[in-house]
Amino acid sequence: MNILFFAALREQLGCAHCDIDLPLPASLATVRAALIQHFPQQAERLAAGRALTAINQTLINDEDTPINSGDEVAFFPPVTGG
Amino acid sequence: MSTGNASNGQHYIAVQQADFDVAHEYAELRKDNRSDGAVVFFTGLVREMNQGAQVSGLTLEHYPGMTEKALQQIVADASTRWPVNRVRLIHRVGTLAISDQIVFVGVSSSHREAAFDACYYIMDYLKNRAPFWKKEVTSQGERWVEALDKDKQALDKWQ
Repeated sequence: MNILFFAALREQLGCAHCDIDLPLPASLATVRAALIQHFPQQAERLAAGRALTAINQTLINDEDTPINSGDEVAFFPPVTGG
Repeated sequence: MSTGNASNGQHYIAVQQADFDVAHEYAELRKDNRSDGAVVFFTGLVREMNQGAQVSGLTLEHYPGMTEKALQQIVADASTRWPVNRVRLIHRVGTLAISDQIVFVGVSSSHREAAFDACYYIMDYLKNRAPFWKKEVTSQGERWVEALDKDKQALDKWQ
């Protein structure tokens, strides 16, 4: 699955998106764990409560939310607009 | 950076690089509008001191697609909560200088209470839910602005 990154997180990971090999559907917690395994140096920044997550462009707080094949998934830092 | 425009009924929402004209936005809130007795608007500007450093400018990044969707949801929620008539919400992206305009929120309603509250609510939720990120140019180099607890706590008053 393809995961998008924005802002400081994109710079810290060194890529705007990455492909993670994972059977779907999977919970957000499972996807987050796979992502942390892929970027172990950035584990703290990717942790729940640090990085925000959007599924299909909607913010998701529940780590049990299922992610299906074809969903657009993004991780990013807390927002600072306005 | 992309530019997106969306209108939802009487509401106008835009994410754009271009500057906006407050007089024009105010005129749009009043035009052919015989029912509203109140217009409240807020503008956010780039200031030169932030989080302890001298700032010379900033770049605003966003998540195209999600940004527009998040703003539409915030405006829809405000419209459900208060009897607002028109909302105009513009947020700029790209490179901005000191004192540049960043955001405009304008709300019209028959009475002032709803217009004040809806405008305040929209800004508080935009600060927490709309995917924009500021990167400042400071005397010590570039840095991403940190999200503040006070912005998160600001939502408590709407619970």
